[in-house]
Amino acid sequence: MVEEIGTTEEGDLIINVGPQHPATHGVLHLVITLNGETIKKVEPHLGYIHRSIEKMCESLTYRQFIYVTSRMDYLSAHINNHACALCVEKGLQVEIPPRAQVIRVLMDELTRIASHELWWGAMAMDLGAFTPFFHAFRERETINDIMEETCGARLTMNYMVPGGVMADLHPNFQKKVKEFITLYKLKIKEYDELVTGNIIFQNRMKGVGYLSAEDAISYGCTGPTARGSGVSCDIRKLYPYEVYDKLEFDEVLETEGDSFARYMVRLGEMNQSIKIIEQLIDNIPEGDFQAKTKVVLKLPKGEFYSRVETARGELGVYIVSEGGSTPYRIKFRSPGFSNLSALDHMARGHLLGDLVAMMGTLDLVIPDIDR
Amino acid sequence: MWNFSNIADSIHKWLNLTFSPTLATIIEMVIVGVCVIGLFAVLGLVLVIMERKVSAWMQIRLGPNRVGPKGMFQSLADTVKLLVKEGMTPTGADKFLFNLAPYIALIVAMLLMAPLAFAKDFQMWDLNIGVLYIAAISSVSVISILMAGWSSNNKYSLMGAMRSGAQIVSYELSAGFSVLSVVVLAGSLNLNTIIQSQADGWWIFKGHIPVFISFIIFIIAVTAETNRAPFDLAEAESELTAGFHTEYSGMKFALFFLAEYVNVFIVCAIGATLFLGGWMPFHIGHWEGFNHIMDYIPSSIWFFGKTFFLIFLIMWFRWTFPRLRIDQLLNLEWKYLLPISLFNILLVTAMAILGWYF
Repeated sequence: MVEEIGTTEEGDLIINVGPQHPATHGVLHLVITLNGETIKKVEPHLGYIHRSIEKMCESLTYRQFIYVTSRMDYLSAHINNHACALCVEKGLQVEIPPRAQVIRVLMDELTRIASHELWWGAMAMDLGAFTPFFHAFRERETINDIMEETCGARLTMNYMVPGGVMADLHPNFQKKVKEFITLYKLKIKEYDELVTGNIIFQNRMKGVGYLSAEDAISYGCTGPTARGSGVSCDIRKLYPYEVYDKLEFDEVLETEGDSFARYMVRLGEMNQSIKIIEQLIDNIPEGDFQAKTKVVLKLPKGEFYSRVETARGELGVYIVSEGGSTPYRIKFRSPGFSNLSALDHMARGHLLGDLVAMMGTLDLVIPDIDR
Repeated sequence: MWNFSNIADSIHKWLNLTFSPTLATIIEMVIVGVCVIGLFAVLGLVLVIMERKVSAWMQIRLGPNRVGPKGMFQSLADTVKLLVKEGMTPTGADKFLFNLAPYIALIVAMLLMAPLAFAKDFQMWDLNIGVLYIAAISSVSVISILMAGWSSNNKYSLMGAMRSGAQIVSYELSAGFSVLSVVVLAGSLNLNTIIQSQADGWWIFKGHIPVFISFIIFIIAVTAETNRAPFDLAEAESELTAGFHTEYSGMKFALFFLAEYVNVFIVCAIGATLFLGGWMPFHIGHWEGFNHIMDYIPSSIWFFGKTFFLIFLIMWFRWTFPRLRIDQLLNLEWKYLLPISLFNILLVTAMAILGWYF
């Protein structure tokens, strides 16, 4: 039956959504076979912004290659850097000072909120509501300001280095983060009033883009995409790194598996991130922010793997070292790529208007898919 | 005291004295035509800047604020830009239909202006079947969209046009029925008579709940008919890039744009005329003093105030709601709005026969 739906017949309409199209945030190219308004097949074409980051990393030292990874999933640059730093530290067998660990977790969670804010706005815009985009950016801006003060950058932070973080926190950090938490708690109600409770929005999202737990696993979906289908896959819970095992937070799970479930998971995650930040912000231990490491880092011969939970799912960093100061081979397992592969399965039989609702909740960041 | 009809009469007399009757009629036609085009352009400019300012206000932005005081001349600058831009015709397009479509959209919007009463005694054409005329002419606008979508030789345009065809034809029914409820109560198709029937109270107040329901249905239906969000499926940006006008550029695009905004004005003006009393001032029963003060406000301000209030409502929808899906859109009309309108018109008719209104 699936085969029958997937074939192209005469009278089918083939349209190219992208590489330049308002629905794809970035240069994703989807070749869609339509029967009237019904989607028969979605075929993603990649390669428009392939920058061969993995190959570039092979000629960069272990300190340098981390900076390139900020450009992969630019919305969670901190978490990308974190994954790479963790992998290098695994090889170096360095113990990270507790202060650095807490700072890293704080930054990760702030990034997660910022990323979800942007996703929320962009998704609402895909569905035709323009205003949420600006509301989301209003809050995201405060996070960017916090980042700017401490890291010196607003998008590609490059703050995490092997052994800790690059610089100590800005004196204003704690005050500003607390201000942000107050602001966030005030504004998150607006999000629910404006979008979540809207009947048009709910009709557009519920029952759309169903992904069963088995399919989510078989397509390799991770992060909120899989958790919306009830698959427990939060790396922070399953394979805790840094101080996550000492923290109290819930893994947000929804079982419906449709777009609305994925939407609710992401909103829930924002609240959980706030919970984590609240636990840590007053308990940042004193001490060094960076462990003592050698100037030129050399990993012993072998293979190293680290995994973290980015805003989009599981990011894996796999380093093969020959013992030199540059990696022999690096492979990133990016969450967006696997999540995108489930789009065709989800979209078949739905209407064209549903495609944007599905793509919106997959939270695709194209440079992450297409490295 | 001077009013519009006196001015019109004196011009008419002067023209007839100076020129032969045929020439006088031709000159009068030209004057009215120029007035319509002028009003058209001004409305377009005002509504575009209004939309941008309203959206900015809702989205915590400033909006245009560089050209002129508070950016008020921004749309003027945009118009100049669009005028000097090259109007391209894609290869493979049906050139004749492609170039004709924007003008049809424009002509329809212009024709709809004729029977509107902008103020007391100020009407271009006092037509005894005004409501019918509006219903008939507004149906033509779908042809321009279908024409544009078909002739563009673009899949997005075609899909947008098909969507819009289904949408406009469906929602015309509900809009028609809700307009009919006022016609039944007022007992006339003449817009002037309908306004006069509201001298002691607007229909939305006099007509109890049934007319209020038809007012709400009217607002929903005309939002859909003018292809405005949340019913902007014909140009659903995130799905079909720009829908039926994807291939249009320069002034041809501007004409579609202008026609859309003027259509919004016209449907709001019709709504204001039928339900909110047109240029009739707001009166409360026996509050003589209050009523007197209200009478001092010029009738044109009443008309434009009510119309712009409705326009603001429609803009508010656009900047708040997400877009509907095509099947939901048609379900809303055929499964909910149409049955409700049908039942409602029965109630209104019963009300009109039994005289159960103020």
